[in-house]
Amino acid sequence: MKQAYFIRRLVMFFVVVVLAATVNFIIPRLMPGDPIGAVLEELRARGAGMQSDSEDEIVAAYRARFGLDQPIHIQYFRFLFNTLRFDLGYSISYYPSKVEAALLRALPWTVGLLAISTLISFAAGSFFGAMMAWPRAPGFMQRFVPMFMILSAVPYYLLGLILVYIFAFVMRLLPLGGAYSSGTVPELSLRFLLDVIKHGALPALSIVLTSVGFWALSMRGVMVTVLGEDYLTLAEAKGLPDRRIFFAYAMRNALLPQVTSLAIALGTVTSGAVLVEVVFNYPGIGWLLYNALRSSDYYMVQGVAFFLILTVAVSVLVVDLIYPLLDPRIER
Amino acid sequence: MSQDSALQVKNLRVSYMTGKQEVKAVDDITFSLYPGERLGIVGESGSGKTTLAMALMRLHKPPAYIMGGEAILDGRNILALGREQMRQTRWSKLSLIPQGSMNSLNPVIKIKHQMADAIEAHERGWTRGQITKHIGELLGRVGLPDSVAEMYPHELSGGMKQRVCIALAIILEPSVIIADEPTSALDVVVQRVVMQTLNDVQEQLNAAMIIIGHDMGLMAQSADRLAVMYAGKMVEVSPIASFFNEPQHPYSKLLISSLPSPEEKRELAGIPGSQPSLLELPSGCAFHPRCPLAVDRCKEEIPLLRDFSGGRRAACHLVEDQAS
Amino acid sequence: MLENVLLHVKSAISYIWRTPKLLLGLALLLSLLLLSLVGPYIVDVDKARPISVPTRKPPSAEHPLGTDGGGRDMLAVIITGTPQTLKMGVLAGLVGVTLGTSLGLIAGYFGGRIDMIISTATDTMLTIPPLAILLVVAGSVRAMTVTDMAIIIALLSWMFPARTIRAQVLSLREQPYVHMARLAGLGDIRIIFEEIMPNILPLAAASFVGATSGAVLAGIGLEVLGLGPQRTPTLGMTIYWAQLYSALINGLWWWWLPPIIVLIVLFVGLFLVSAALDEFVNPRLRRTG
Repeated sequence: MKQAYFIRRLVMFFVVVVLAATVNFIIPRLMPGDPIGAVLEELRARGAGMQSDSEDEIVAAYRARFGLDQPIHIQYFRFLFNTLRFDLGYSISYYPSKVEAALLRALPWTVGLLAISTLISFAAGSFFGAMMAWPRAPGFMQRFVPMFMILSAVPYYLLGLILVYIFAFVMRLLPLGGAYSSGTVPELSLRFLLDVIKHGALPALSIVLTSVGFWALSMRGVMVTVLGEDYLTLAEAKGLPDRRIFFAYAMRNALLPQVTSLAIALGTVTSGAVLVEVVFNYPGIGWLLYNALRSSDYYMVQGVAFFLILTVAVSVLVVDLIYPLLDPRIER
Repeated sequence: MSQDSALQVKNLRVSYMTGKQEVKAVDDITFSLYPGERLGIVGESGSGKTTLAMALMRLHKPPAYIMGGEAILDGRNILALGREQMRQTRWSKLSLIPQGSMNSLNPVIKIKHQMADAIEAHERGWTRGQITKHIGELLGRVGLPDSVAEMYPHELSGGMKQRVCIALAIILEPSVIIADEPTSALDVVVQRVVMQTLNDVQEQLNAAMIIIGHDMGLMAQSADRLAVMYAGKMVEVSPIASFFNEPQHPYSKLLISSLPSPEEKRELAGIPGSQPSLLELPSGCAFHPRCPLAVDRCKEEIPLLRDFSGGRRAACHLVEDQAS
Repeated sequence: MLENVLLHVKSAISYIWRTPKLLLGLALLLSLLLLSLVGPYIVDVDKARPISVPTRKPPSAEHPLGTDGGGRDMLAVIITGTPQTLKMGVLAGLVGVTLGTSLGLIAGYFGGRIDMIISTATDTMLTIPPLAILLVVAGSVRAMTVTDMAIIIALLSWMFPARTIRAQVLSLREQPYVHMARLAGLGDIRIIFEEIMPNILPLAAASFVGATSGAVLAGIGLEVLGLGPQRTPTLGMTIYWAQLYSALINGLWWWWLPPIIVLIVLFVGLFLVSAALDEFVNPRLRRTG
């Protein structure tokens, strides 16, 4: 039973990854005109800013990569093969650096910001949501949490802009952007770590503030259902202390559907976080994307899209693999 | 019987408050329960028997409220206890075998932890080893292997889950056990065996037990006394033998005659009409519209529960005490 | 017939009055609609064109919301941009929900292999960040209009409606009256339209609001990255330009704040309406006491 579950999850993971690569292959070819030719044209046009031999090199590299003279299915499999071994082609703006190199440099920042802020908002939101459904919760919970629910309707990056303006521009408490002070060199020291935390505080805060309400809202819904279950009546009949009933009986069970929705929501969360990076000039994937779009670095954009899907697919896989530890009945 | 009752319920009233209306689900109920005794409570669904059980555990949820009365357990009125005192009383003095036993166990916690936390919640000062030994011994007593302790509820059959619930109910050796339709979710063969297990452990503890149900056959097998509830009121309480031989209340008579008897394959009689809505109770005796013997007095005056010889009690104007 | 409709309208209105969430949400949305409809009669929307007014002027009597770096009057920009954003959201929401409802209906009603294919596709698509696909598409399309964008986004917003509708249809399929209809020899099409459709409409309406909100979110996301319609001053594009020309660190708050406020009003309005509809569909969420 458990094996079947793991195999199904792994298969789904690979399907998503192949799908992501396929999207990158098909969509440019579906568009009217010759988008690959158009990209090459654009490269030529921008040649003025580069050395002419490097421009020819790129064009040649692209031609070879896509094998444009080959039949379409050969093109597809070659593309798929290259993508799956992380050969995402050359970046235009960072030539001769390859797309995957730039992405791997940016990834830790995005994953760090995303993982920490999502974990905080998931944990806090689930707890608040559970408290809201709990009949013996302190009264202020009922008034205090709805504020966050309203906030959950606001996109991360819009709140981010407002937060930067207030805390960084007007009050000058925190830096305007970036991941660490310019001039410092990334190293493993307490000072650098503090600098990173200071820079990450506002982006993380804007993600946490706007997503905590979402988790609270969905947790409240699940919790209301769980509180009506027979095992809660028995737990109370057993004379268990409130704390034990709340955590081990009610919240523990309500968290299961919550974890499933975490897997589903990760895609949206990641998209939002990418845009937060733009607002904060945070050197993650989103910032890379923003610059790639501004310089028409098309293969970088494709690479970012692929990486986004990959990041989410990996996180979903991790959540799915953790799930059986939480729910002993996984054959469902 | 001895003077020291295990549980004494006096004039208990429980109502559902819907809007401005008060629906009396348990209306002025008085009874006593003695150590080692099994009291069966029967009635149609909606007669108030489960509400009664939940109110005694004080597990009733709004819109249900206790409107008055007392429940004396171990010399104290448990209806007046504070929250923490009531928590301590639950399970150590008064335990429950729940109605929906299929879903009464937490699906994500091992059986042994669901049993251990009941002990830990009542600070008996036992060591971990003592708790484990006790759990193993209890599981053995209800006919389950030790290995069940390490299992999750979904790995158990319905009958096994119910046995776990029985083991759980006696874990702190309470003086009163309330079994709310303890076998209703099981199939007929398993029902009798589980019921026998329940009766055995209850006898060993000499605990008093309330068995709530609607299966008269199971009641005949287990209960020492039988109480009949109708529209929130107790209409008859009699020792089991005299209940079946000489039912006092017309409703009891109809209940018995509706039973299929093994000797004569008679058609199920059923009881004509249906239980009235608690929102619009008939005047006088709530049973009078369905009663084949009703007279004018029944429409005007609510009959009280009166004592008759042989420890029998009934609430009907028409019952005369034959023995007196 | 007419009386029946009137009765429904009457009970709907009284429900709105009794639900403060719904009332507030609708009021917010109506205020935006009013701004888009009445605004052009009060303010000269030609000033939303580039270089029609002096650049970077703070709010004044002449320009109540100031002017941006491209020489546009911000009030005129807001008044022309808001309906564009609304149009995109509603269009994408409608297409997405229609698509999702149809797929959910088919999957839930017919079950079996069709259900397996649709459900797997839905679950897989749900784990793909919509932004990733939008990026590839938007990057390939050279010149985009608001309608293009709505359609592209709609193609990525059918999954949630499909999921919820499927679950609902699964339980409806087992209802006694559906069994009766089948025994009475009604065809699948008639059962779907006569017995099942009326029961999923409230849920579809709730999904529509959710999908619209999601579509605006995705659209604004694309615009903030500069991938929106370049020539239309939509709200998202305004934020993009403000960001591009560092309006924030130059203290030009009137450039980026008004579109954000309008968007927040829109999102909060949609959120309140959708939360109220969720409670209507799923009464267990309603708080007692």
